[in-house]
Amino acid sequence: MKREAIRVCILRVGGTNCDAETKRAFDDLGVKAEIIHFNELLRGRKQLADYDLLVFPGGFSFGDYVRAGAIWAKWFIAKLGKNLEEFMDQEKPILGICNGFQILVEAGILPGFEGISKYPEAALATNVPPGYNCRWVYVKNENRGKCVFTSKIPEKSVLRIPVAHSEGRFVFPKEREKNLLERLLENDQLVLRYCHKNGEPAEGEYPANPNGSFYDIAGICNSTGTVLGLMPHPERAYYGWQLPDWTRLKKVPNYADGKLIFESVIDYLTRKF
Amino acid sequence: MKLYIKRNVPFQLFEINILEADKQQLLQISRELGVGLNLEEMLAIQGYFKSKGRNPTDVELQTIGQTWSEHCFHKTFKGEIVTSEGKIESLFKTYIFKVTAELNPPWCISVFEDNAGIIDFEDNYAVAVKVETHNHPSAIEPFGGAATGVGGVIRDILGVWADPIACTDVLCFGPLDYPYELLPAGIKHPKYLFRGVVAGIGHYGNNMGIPTVNGAICFDEGYVGNVVVYCGCIGLLPRDKYVRRVRDGDIILVVGGRTGRDGIHGVTFASAELTEESEEISRPAVQIANPIEEEKLKRAIIRVRDLKLGSAITDLGGGGLSSAIGEMANRFGLGAHVELEKVPLKYADMAPWEIYVSESQERMLLVVPKKNLEKVLEIFESEDVEATPIGEFTSDGILRIHYMGYLVAELDIPFLFQPPKTVRKVEWIPPKFEKPNFPEPKDLTKELLRLLSSPNIASRESVIRTYDHEVKGNTVIKPLHGENAGPSDAAVLKPLNHSWKGLVISCGINPNYGKIDPYWMAASAIDEALRNNVAVGGRRIALLDNFTWGNPEKPDRMGSLVRACQACYEIAKGFGTPFISGKDSLYNESPLGPVNPTLLITAVGIIPDIRKAVTLDVKAPGNLIYVLGETYAELGGSEYYKLKGFVGNDVPKVRVEKAKNLMDRLVEAIDAGLIRSCHDLSDGGLGVALAEMAFSGGYGIEIHLSRVPLAEKIERNDFVLFSESNSRFLVEVDDNCKEDFERFMHGIPHGLIGKVVKTSSFCIYGLNENVVVETSLDELMKSWKSFLGG
Repeated sequence: MKREAIRVCILRVGGTNCDAETKRAFDDLGVKAEIIHFNELLRGRKQLADYDLLVFPGGFSFGDYVRAGAIWAKWFIAKLGKNLEEFMDQEKPILGICNGFQILVEAGILPGFEGISKYPEAALATNVPPGYNCRWVYVKNENRGKCVFTSKIPEKSVLRIPVAHSEGRFVFPKEREKNLLERLLENDQLVLRYCHKNGEPAEGEYPANPNGSFYDIAGICNSTGTVLGLMPHPERAYYGWQLPDWTRLKKVPNYADGKLIFESVIDYLTRKF
Repeated sequence: MKLYIKRNVPFQLFEINILEADKQQLLQISRELGVGLNLEEMLAIQGYFKSKGRNPTDVELQTIGQTWSEHCFHKTFKGEIVTSEGKIESLFKTYIFKVTAELNPPWCISVFEDNAGIIDFEDNYAVAVKVETHNHPSAIEPFGGAATGVGGVIRDILGVWADPIACTDVLCFGPLDYPYELLPAGIKHPKYLFRGVVAGIGHYGNNMGIPTVNGAICFDEGYVGNVVVYCGCIGLLPRDKYVRRVRDGDIILVVGGRTGRDGIHGVTFASAELTEESEEISRPAVQIANPIEEEKLKRAIIRVRDLKLGSAITDLGGGGLSSAIGEMANRFGLGAHVELEKVPLKYADMAPWEIYVSESQERMLLVVPKKNLEKVLEIFESEDVEATPIGEFTSDGILRIHYMGYLVAELDIPFLFQPPKTVRKVEWIPPKFEKPNFPEPKDLTKELLRLLSSPNIASRESVIRTYDHEVKGNTVIKPLHGENAGPSDAAVLKPLNHSWKGLVISCGINPNYGKIDPYWMAASAIDEALRNNVAVGGRRIALLDNFTWGNPEKPDRMGSLVRACQACYEIAKGFGTPFISGKDSLYNESPLGPVNPTLLITAVGIIPDIRKAVTLDVKAPGNLIYVLGETYAELGGSEYYKLKGFVGNDVPKVRVEKAKNLMDRLVEAIDAGLIRSCHDLSDGGLGVALAEMAFSGGYGIEIHLSRVPLAEKIERNDFVLFSESNSRFLVEVDDNCKEDFERFMHGIPHGLIGKVVKTSSFCIYGLNENVVVETSLDELMKSWKSFLGG
């Protein structure tokens, strides 16, 4: 399909707050992005099926009460689970950034080894060290080609993107940790890992790994590679002037690393449909 | 005689027997109802009701009490001041507003009129700015107090139809290691307050998705009894969407959260001293924060704004409905008809007066023409926010409040806004501190490291990281700069997608100078706020003033307040920078005495192209380092003297004409691309500023104190290194640009004091060219991050 025909649905509820800058990234790439309140889908005024890409942006959906992302995840699955499955079956991509990642995990969509799971198979637990942390980090693309959001990013290359959250420590159930990690790697579902500037793995070391994530996991995709969840905010690393020390450069670059994620999925959509 | 007579109605309503009350009883009534009115005011109320031939209801007396409180009416700033040299008609008009009135810049759109000051920005866009204090609630319950402070100031921005795009916060605490045994009963430990306040601010801003981009934290014994919490917010406003025209018949809606007993008498509480009983008596005055409710409210309001469906909007803050409805009616020369039982409540059984004065959070008053009501309700419904019509504005200038069909209040609006004029007495005796007497320390490296780790200078990284300063993706210069989290002088935002124009936000605060002279404290705060703004490339700067002072009924407190106000006029006028908004918080007293008098100056400038913005980190070895501006032996109130156990008397002054010339020239040099990095000299003077520039950039430096331009003879290295003279900058200039730069700075005091080096060695040569400071960047940064962590 043509780029300008691509329709992006950026969903929001009370507490969503990164929708505008996420839309700005898609606008810049020439696709048609709309910010849609979840109520519009619930009340049938908008149809999920009319869109090609679904985005859960960052924020604190419903105040992140209970657990981050839990309320919206359950509500979404209960009300529109079927529509979502149809959407995914067509291999239309879904992106969850920060709170969006938390929602996708709480909804059982990620890691989604075998489609949507009834119960969450992983969690984004409270940070270690605890507390909200807003900082730029380095992440390495570990995906071998399955994920449609990293297709334009060379394998093993390092991206610089900020995080800002207090619940971003990716964990599997302790007793199945090893097995599930193997499965994740085997399926090529591991996408981004926190690392040092030079690309060396963070190995849990703070602040390179800002939240104590297991295996330095910053982002994963589902078994088909069409759903990506990540804690870093690519929309905050879209333009060169958003970099934390662009004033050190001779000339401000036009774009920053986060753009690659948006570009990749649009590339996928233009080829696939 | 009964003072309170229960009315025979199916709900709680009392008639206050004011007509028969004597002076003693009038004061008793004021005290027992918690309205905080003095005898003169009570007599005025008695006179009013005598003319009406009836007693007031509790609703009426509460309404008057709220409207006439210091917090709502700013009696002190609007009142009459008696000094030994004669009368001052109004502090506000004589000193603060006068700057703006005399300068009258065309880019000031609305000043001191609305919930926020509004200035022009770019194309059709204006910027709204407001800074508030939330000291009293934060002293009782730091998390809730600070969080609702943020929530309140965000609503002030929504209250002028602007979309909030950034928050600021400036906090003052007692020393974190203050001995527990010295705390008076009822006063909470600074460490507890610090943690709670920081968490509360982060909670609200982060949840609302508004970046916290600028701020400061001060520690001083003068804040042990009274914590100070300033919360600021900046909003973006399409000029054609600013609607403020209420007509007779327009519908009054309460929108947002529900009304409860949280926040009853917040304004009365804020207009009284803190005592041992404050916790017990005033706990209900602290509101409960729910940022998600406000996030939804914001969405609905912006949609109503974009469709221009409203006729006015205002925050339901201090005084709740009572002050919002009254003020709006007064402003448009109208009356109002209110049906209180329609207000959605958190729980039943609230008395009408409680509903009318409650300050529950996340509520706003929206006024819409009848024809737009349906559409407005639809918008709120789709955002899951309650919106409830509770009455309408009328043409007769009378406020009539009904509850379940009964008339519970009937007041003439003009009476509500004519309280008896407050008269304050002034006394000012300049303090005299011991002359600091200590020899120049042998090891200045150690002194510099100690300064870097001192509470008022050390890195705030561990606090700033808990605030989302990047959300919205428009923070161009962040509070923490680069890999080493350098302390940026100001934040730069790029609010519009289609324009490179940026907004520059900075602040200035020097409470320690106020101990010597509040005049020079205020002058220095203005200079510092401007310095910080100019250092990144800001210009066309607007100022906001926020006073935190003690009890204005005590002449010495007033004396220092008047001096600070005088400086505000003279210095701001000299710089050509108007005040656009401000707020005062008085009665900050505790068993430990008055708060350290504190003036916060917030500066909002613009930069035509954000790509020209300059940061503080040194960029490349071989580059030259200049100091701009002259150094005096001004160490009174300095961090260095504090370290040595002194206050001193030689407080830094501001030579406003010279300072203005220098700043103007610096901005031109930045625009010409001559400046690679720039940092202002403030707490800890030259030594600290050099260290911050060096470790932020990751290169060492080599400096010669003998080349620092001195305005008077200074023979001590430590004084040159740590003097806090105002209006000074450090700049880094490319070696190739030396001639151009020096030509640019012709006539401006400047000294080429050294250069950036390749290694990580930090070396300063003294007045006699001997090495006086020698250390490494790692050591400097380690000290700097040792106090609060990194």
